Formats: sequence, C-alpha cells, structure tokens
Amino acid sequence: MASGRPSGADRTRSTGLRWNAWNLLLIVPLAMLFTPMLNLDEPRVFGLPFFYWSQFAFVPIGVVCVGLVYVMTRDEPVATGKPDHLSVDDLDEGGKA
Amino acid sequence: MSLDNVQWTELIVFTVLFLVVSVMGFVASRWKAGDTLEHLDEWGLGGRKFGSWITWFLVGGDLYTAYTFVAVPALIFGAGAMGFFALPYTVILYPIVFLPLLRMWSVSRVHGYVTPADFVKGRYGSRPLALIIAITGIVATMPYIALQLVGLEAVLRTMGLNGSGFLGHLPLFIGFLILAVYTYQAGLRAPALIAFVKDTLIYIVILVAVIYLPAKLGGWSTIFDKSAELLSAPGANGAPKGSTLLTPNNQLQYATLALGSALALFLYPHSLTGILASKGRNVIKRNMVALPAYSLLLGLLALLGYVALVSGAKPITNAATGRPDTNTIVPVLFDQQFSGWFAGIAFAAIGIGALVPAAIMSIAAANLWTRNIYKEYMRKDATPKQEAKQAKLASLVVKFGAVLFIVFVDPQFSIDLQLIGGVIILQTLPTVAIALYTRWFHIWGLVTGWIAGMGYGFWLLYQIPNPAAGKAHFGGSALTLDKLSFFGWSPFEGSKVQIYVGFVALLVNVVVAVLVTFLARKLRKPNGIDETSPEDYHADEGDPKLKAVASH
Repeated sequence: MASGRPSGADRTRSTGLRWNAWNLLLIVPLAMLFTPMLNLDEPRVFGLPFFYWSQFAFVPIGVVCVGLVYVMTRDEPVATGKPDHLSVDDLDEGGKA
Repeated sequence: MSLDNVQWTELIVFTVLFLVVSVMGFVASRWKAGDTLEHLDEWGLGGRKFGSWITWFLVGGDLYTAYTFVAVPALIFGAGAMGFFALPYTVILYPIVFLPLLRMWSVSRVHGYVTPADFVKGRYGSRPLALIIAITGIVATMPYIALQLVGLEAVLRTMGLNGSGFLGHLPLFIGFLILAVYTYQAGLRAPALIAFVKDTLIYIVILVAVIYLPAKLGGWSTIFDKSAELLSAPGANGAPKGSTLLTPNNQLQYATLALGSALALFLYPHSLTGILASKGRNVIKRNMVALPAYSLLLGLLALLGYVALVSGAKPITNAATGRPDTNTIVPVLFDQQFSGWFAGIAFAAIGIGALVPAAIMSIAAANLWTRNIYKEYMRKDATPKQEAKQAKLASLVVKFGAVLFIVFVDPQFSIDLQLIGGVIILQTLPTVAIALYTRWFHIWGLVTGWIAGMGYGFWLLYQIPNPAAGKAHFGGSALTLDKLSFFGWSPFEGSKVQIYVGFVALLVNVVVAVLVTFLARKLRKPNGIDETSPEDYHADEGDPKLKAVASH
C-alpha cells in the first residue's frame, strides 16, 4: 500500500503513542531483580529462606500492578467502531489483498 | 528392549490419559469450527476468536512447557538458587509485554498478519528483513520442539521404557505420530482443547506434591538446611556444586537471565500464535493479569529440585546415551514417593504437557514457513487453501524433524541448541518489538545489528566451558565478565562475575543498529514503506478496520 499513505506531516501529528501515568506501575515488579537486597536466608517463613519467599511475594505484586493498569486504563480510547476516526486512506484498506 | 523394569500401574494410567487427549485432539477440528479449515486464520489461529479462558489455558500450556517442568527443578537440583531464575523470569514477563502485545494484536488484526515476520514486512516493506525474522524464528523454534520430546522421554524412561537404539525411541515415536496426525487435522484447536486437560492435571499434581512431599521429608526448613550442606560439596571443577542463596558472582547472571528470557519469550513465534488467536484486547489484558498463576506453580515446582536432592533421588541413566540424565530427577522423585496410580497421573501431566507446546510450536513454525518463505518466494499466487495445505504439511515435516533429531542426535545437543535459540531470538527484538513503537531504526541498522548480535552472541557462547559435563564450548549461557572483550579490549579483566550472554549480544545489536541508523540517515537511504498507520495499533474488536477472519 504505497499509495495514499498519510504524508510525513500527518504522521508526526498523531504518533499513535498514548501516554498514561498508570502504565508506570508496570515497572514496579522489576524490583525483584535487585537481588543484593533480597539474597538473604533470614527471616524464614514456613521454613523458606527470605530470598525464596520474597521472590514468591512478587507474584501477587506483579498481578496487582498489571491488574491496576488494566482497570485504570480501561477508559482509554480504543478504536472500536468509530467510523469518524477513519481517514480516507483507511477506508481504502478493503482493497488490499 | 527389556520390559522387566516397566512400572505397569504408572504406564496404564499414563496410556489411558494419553488416549483420552488423543481423542480430544481428533474431535477438536469440529470444536467452534468456522466455515472452513482451509485457511491459515482457521487452521493456524483457531479462527482468531478465542476468549479469556481458552486463551489462558492455551497460552499457559504453551509457555509453561513440559521441558520447563522437568528442567527447572533439575537446575535447582544441580546448582541451587541460580535455577530459581525461572520465577522472576515469568513474573516480570507480563508487565514487560503487556503494552507491546496489545499493539501487536491490533496491528495484526487490522492487516491480517499471522506471524511476526508478516508484521515486519508490513512495517518496513522489506522482504530481506522479513526473511531474516522468519528464518530466525524457525531456527529458534526447532530445538524448542525437540526439547519437548526430551521432557516426554524423561517420563517414558522413568516408567521403565528405557531401551537403547531405535526400539528405545519407539514409544516416543508413536506418541508423536498421534500428535502429528491430529494437529494436521485440527490445527490450533487441538492444543487449545488438550490444554484444558494438561493444565488441570499439572495443577493437581504440583499442589499435591508441594504440600505432601515437604511434610514427608521434615518440612522446608530441614530441606533447605540439608540442601545447603549437600550443594556445598565440591563438584566437577573442585568448587562447590552450588548454593541455596545466590553468590556475589552469579547475581548478575540471575537478573540478566531472567530479564533476557522475559524479553525473548514473546519474540518466539509460538508465543505470539496464542496471542493472535485471541478475539480482542481485553482477552489479552485479562490474561496478562491471570497468567502468573502458572508462575506460582512453576516456582513451587522448582523447589521440588531441593526436595529431590534431600530425598536422595538419583537421575536415571539414559540407555541411549549411557549418561545420567538430570532431567529425569522430578519423574524419579514422583516414582519413588507416590503410589503407582498417582505417579501415572503426574507423568501423564508432564507427557501431555509436552504435546501442547510441541503442537503450537510446530504450527507457528509452519505458519512462518508458509507465509514468509513459501508464499513470498516460491508460490506468490498461492490461494488461502494452498497456504493451509502447505502449512499442514510443514507442521508434519517440523515434527518429524524434531523426532529424528532426538533419535539420531544426543539430547544434550538439543538442550545446547535451545540455549542458543534464546540468544538468537532475542536478536529480533529491535526489528519486531521496538518497531511496534517506532520506525526510527533504519532497515540497514536492523540488519547489521542482527548480524552483529548474532555473531557476537555465538562467539561468546562458543567460549563458555562446562566442566561438569566435560565440555570446552557451548557449555552454558553464563559468561564470566573477564571473557568479555571488544576487539582485544577487556573492560572487566579478572572479574569472575557472570552475565547472560543473550543480554550482552542484545546490547551489541542495539548499539550497532543505532550507529548504522545514523549513518543510513546521513546518507539519505530510503527506509522502506510502512503500510500500517498509527491508529492501527489501537484497533479493538468491533472496529470496522479489522480484516474479516479468513477473508484474504
């Protein structure tokens, strides 16, 4: 589809990237990789050394972070059946094999 | 082959469950059937309409493979804490891929992409670049399929089917033949349906194992103390075999291996297959929240490596290679600690656990072959029906290739290849993942970056010895920093700190890609044509822009 693409000027106007501060929560689980802070034997829980149970604790932390991002960014506009958002070029899509 | 050592109860339970899923595999072709199976959208992506539950089972069954379930505890059994990297790997995975996967789903749905290479071709309009991505995907996936067979064979050999020569591989061959036939017939629907059984069995087995076994062996505290003692015994090179906590030298390896593996996982074509088969963005979002349930399971299972260590379980000697196979350690543990029928269920869980990913991987490799090599270079005018036919045949070829690999080549070799596979698939990150966000990178930069990352990665892997296995090269993925050199300059002379090779190779790849991109822009070289538009990356179910399923 070389023909009829938005010109360079059009494209810089809408980059297709959408920023949402809630997305920053997705960085939080990476903290589990800072092993110098976590690589300890004590205190133990159910006999598991701190290192192991703290790594396990990041499973729910990860779930909560991703879950929050999912719930809080739900209202973000996605293109669902809004024909007015379609440019002439997009209406052209049907012609593509 | 002698049948004296066969555990009959286990074998019968295993066989019955195996037959049940085989029947399901054959029935699957009619499950939620579309108008035709003669289209890649239907055969290769199950009609692109899987909801949250099916996707959860399918992707869970796909990512958490039989090999993972036997190899991760085996790593802990052999080396201790380092093997636990599998837990952070599968926890940080979902936050990292959450946003890019949504963009990938939307753009693929608008343009009808079936493979990552389809996307690259659409995004950059470059056939060579798409071909590189397709070949990298196929090459990285093949040993992964072979590894599933290693998992299945570990179980079969523990049940006493431990023959040598061709006869020793016969049970595996029969199992795979059945799998190949129903995948040929039903496509992605077969593993999707079987995944329900596989995952249910796995959950039951592991929950029972992690509650019952530690209690039997004196509780986790005792298990960890004894493991620490056993692992401190000197290994092959005189140093301790491992430790229950990380050491100053392997912490960086732990973090970079987890991060590198997480970045690599959704670059594998088979992982993307499960995502593209889902019906909308919300299905993917919900799954990114719910899939860590499997990570919890994997973490618990990993700890069984310590349980096996303390219980005194010994890996079985593979009669085909004559060497002890540490991948049999969890099956052996189950065999020793559980009654025959429950061990049979556990083995079926692992065995069926090998079938689901093997089927999806072969479908993904077949899709790549058909879309990006066959249609692109051999039959440009192929109809959708011919495409589907070609993919079905390719899936057979891929699976039998994997079987031949296991029969004729040392299984250790497929483990090494899998290790290399992770490093090479990571080299597609700038072209596939970063391209979802920006077209800043130039085609020239992406190609030279790929070549540099690939070449440097291989060179580093070649230099890693494994004293325990008596190997001088390709002995693992942990590189000591003192081996790191750039044109003779060693920035970390004398350091014994380890790092994941894939991570270093990816850095080299990105740096080269950036430099060459600057150069190409300076020279005003054309950078291909982008057929996607910014809005495409946000399309969701119901959008009129979506390409009708099975229409093109």
